[in-house]
This record gives sequence, C-alpha cells and structure tokens, in this order.
Amino acid sequence: MICLGIEGTAHSIGVGIIQERKGTCQVLSNKIKTYQPEKGGIHPREAANHHAAKIAGLIHESVRVTTIDFSDIDLISFSQGPGLGPCLRTAATAARALALTIEKPLIGVNHCVAHLEIGRGTVRECTDPVLLYVSGANTQVIAFAEKKYRVFGETLDIGIGNCLDKFGRALGLEFPCGPKIEQLAAKGSQYLPLPYSIKGMDIAFSGLLTASENYVKKGKNLEDVCFSMQETTFAMLTEVTERAMAHTEKQEVLLGGGVASNKRLREMVQTMALNRGAKFFVPTRDLCIDNGAMIAWLGLLMYQSGCRMSIDNSLINQRFRTDMVEVTWRD
Amino acid sequence: MTKKILYRGAEAEILLSTYMGRTVVEKRRVQKAYRIKEIDRQLIASRTREEAKLMAESRRIGVSVPLIYDVDLFNGIITMEYLAGDRVKDILNILGKQKRKRICQKIGESIARLHNHDIIHGDITTSNMILFYDRLYFIDFGLGCKTIEIETKAVDLHVLMEAFESTHSQYSSCFNNVLDGYKKNYRGDPVRVLHTIDDIIRRGRYR
Repeated sequence: MICLGIEGTAHSIGVGIIQERKGTCQVLSNKIKTYQPEKGGIHPREAANHHAAKIAGLIHESVRVTTIDFSDIDLISFSQGPGLGPCLRTAATAARALALTIEKPLIGVNHCVAHLEIGRGTVRECTDPVLLYVSGANTQVIAFAEKKYRVFGETLDIGIGNCLDKFGRALGLEFPCGPKIEQLAAKGSQYLPLPYSIKGMDIAFSGLLTASENYVKKGKNLEDVCFSMQETTFAMLTEVTERAMAHTEKQEVLLGGGVASNKRLREMVQTMALNRGAKFFVPTRDLCIDNGAMIAWLGLLMYQSGCRMSIDNSLINQRFRTDMVEVTWRD
Repeated sequence: MTKKILYRGAEAEILLSTYMGRTVVEKRRVQKAYRIKEIDRQLIASRTREEAKLMAESRRIGVSVPLIYDVDLFNGIITMEYLAGDRVKDILNILGKQKRKRICQKIGESIARLHNHDIIHGDITTSNMILFYDRLYFIDFGLGCKTIEIETKAVDLHVLMEAFESTHSQYSSCFNNVLDGYKKNYRGDPVRVLHTIDDIIRRGRYR
C-alpha cells in the first residue's frame, strides 16, 4: 500500500510518500519547504500563504522523484492538528483536493503521534519507546499506556524551541535560533545558575528564559549564558524523560522534533539511556523535523487498521491532543 | 552487610540496609552523568535537604511518612524506616469499589493536611504512596517545597490528576473522590484551589 502524506502544522509544508510492504515502512520521498519570517517569529497567515504557494509544486516533485505515478497512490493523509489554524487549513485543503482528484480515500492524523510512529516505523529495534518530542511549540514526553498514546510530562508554559527562539530573538539571531545557540553554547564553559523547574513530570521554561535574558542584560558572556541555558533546559528534559521511563517501565527512548537535531541534547538523552540499560533511538533528521512522510505512515497505519474519514468529517483541530487519538493499530 | 536494591527510580536508588540493628531503607540520590557537575551537585544536595525537612514536618502534622534515622547531604543519602506495604499504584486497580473510594478520599484528606501547612509534595502519584497496616504513607518528597501559593497547591493536585488519567484511566471517579477528601479537610478555600486546577488544565496545550 502506498500513502501520500501532507504536513502543514507550523512553519513547514511537507509532502512524503510511504510504501508499506509486509508491515515495514519504506520512505519513497519526503520533501519539505520551510517558511522563513523576515523578522520575528512565525506569522500564521504569512506561513499559510507560503504553504499555499508551494504545496502544488511539492506534491508534483514528491511523486516525480519516485518511480511511482499518481495512479499508484492508495491513500492521502494530512496533519489534522495540533498546529496553527491557517497552516492546518491550507494543508487539509490541498489533501482534500488531491484525494478528490485522484479519487482515493482521505485520512487526517495527529501530528504528535506521527512523530512517534515514524520512529517505530523506520528505526530498527524501536518498538515501544518513550518519545521525547521537542520542537518549537511542542515539548511532550509521550508513551503508549492503556491503549492510548498518553502525555506523561509536558511543558506548562512554552515549548523548548520557542524558549530558545525567544532568547535568540532578543539577541538579534535569525529564526530558528536553536542551531546558533548550540554553536555559541559549545564555546561556553562557565555555568551560570538558572532556575531548574520540574513539577512532577512537567516542566516550565519561562522563568529560566527571563533569568537568561537578565544575564545578557547584565553583560555576562553570551557563550556562557547559552551554555548554561542548554545545560539546564536539556537536563530538565532528560530528567523528565527518565522519570517517565521509570514510571512506565519502558526500555526504549526515542527523540523527535526539530530540537532533536541538537547534538548536546542527543548526547545527554543517550547517556541517560545507556546508564539505565535502555536503548536510544533518533530517526534521521528529515524524519525528526516536521515532515510529510510521518503523516503518510500514520495515515497508512490507521487506514489499514480500519479507520475511515469522510471529507465532511475532515475538519482540522488546532487543539488536537495526543491522548484524543483512538489507537487501533497496536496493542 | 550487602545492600539490596529494592527499586531503581529515575533519580535515586532505594536500598534495603541495616542501621543500628534495624532494617532500614536508604534513599541514595545517584549522580547523573548526563548533566554537568555544577547542576548535579547542587540538585542532589538541595533535594536531599528539602526532602528530609519536608518529611519531618509532614510527620509532625500527622501525615504518615517513614521515620528518618539519618541524613547525609554530601552523598545524598536519607536513611529511613522500612515499610513492608503495597504501592497504591499496584493495588488500586484491583481493590473493591468501596475500598478504592475510601483510599482515594484518604489521599485527598492527607494532601489537604499537607497543604494546610503549606507543604507541597511535588510529585503526588500513586507510585509514591504506600499502604501499610491500613495506613497511607507518602514517600518521595524529593520535588517538594513549602509555599502558600494556591497555584502551586493546584499544580500538586494536577500532577496526581494526570497520574490517575495515565495509570488508572478506567476509574475516572478516583480523582473526584480525592477532591472530595481534599474539600472536606482543606482549611483555606478549596474552591479556589479547584478553580486553579481548571485554569491549569485550560492553560495546558491544546485543551
């Protein structure tokens, strides 16, 4: 079975094609285009305009780079939520139009669950992980328990990527700021104390963000502030992930989301996993960031397990929570 | 004697040991190789100190906790009484309806008593409660603190709500029973705390 998935929850529009053969997941193509704001953060309408301008070309390109034809596609899936309304609506509209044109079924999927399933689908030995999902807007620790993907811990205020971006923006760095902060942090060495805020398995970043900005205002070395910020936030993330692993008694950890590209975060989570005797997994970068292939794969899993969606019921849901998804494709 | 590991948690090891002829539990906070020394040392010392203080005070106000025998800040070790009971997490789903209801109310009462004295447990889950000779004990005050803030008290209860949703999801009335017990015993205005829980739920992403 072949599924084409369209992702459009935030600043990226992506089209991916997945082929399933005897339960294994094969990525045939995965094309992504990213909106770059001229200044500041994502402007939802501007991002949606970007997506609308790019989506038709992306769909054609994603099919062209494979050996298949539009007539070989069995299913169209799209990111139904959570995300920015205008972006979601643009991706959903494209998906509906494509499904009607090629006369194939349509299915909407949860973006956060897709991040986890693409790990299970494409990373060898990854079967039942705790996912640390770290992106701009989302910071969640997700695992399968009692028939659903449940959120064991999450941010109580802003996402980790958002925290890094807000800090970076105050310094005049370009969006996304994470990679620049990572470079600066690598040169820092002196640790400046920052609030370490964990509540149960939930975390909060806003106090730490203010404290970091205050260090900069006071003229502290920028590299040291970046270093301290990364060390503190990532230690918090690693700690809540470990707590979730202990709580759920799971032996695998999976990273996902754009911030999973950060080498220091990878190193910390990997160290934690090794010391617990657990396995550590990260999908390839293009499957970690927002992408169409993961949407295609989850759509395919859902369809094969009997889920169906009519066009009438394909409305997007900006607040589509991870634990709202009925999991029909695994026990 | 050789110490037996009873449980290896995320941040600490629970060891069965002896202390002046008694069977005791040692809670030993382990160094974490993933975080830098500066953060590691500070977290281990401050959490050990806070935990011991909160346990002692909880006991004083009538919430059952294991008795503390010794505290070693440098190595992050608290030596305490051994409770040969059951984790509430393990037994709650298999108890009869009435007993489950009673325990949940008792949980609420105990949390109210802690909150009456501005003690925040910080990680109220059913893994951190032990039933021993029909008494409900709270363990692991490692993320606790003292505050008068309504917000923090509400977060304390919200953590438990999430634990119920994830671990005891087939018993949706459990958390309501907890709140019943809480309302009866909280000396401040329980309605304000409950409203703040609703605020926290709404503030959570995508609610």
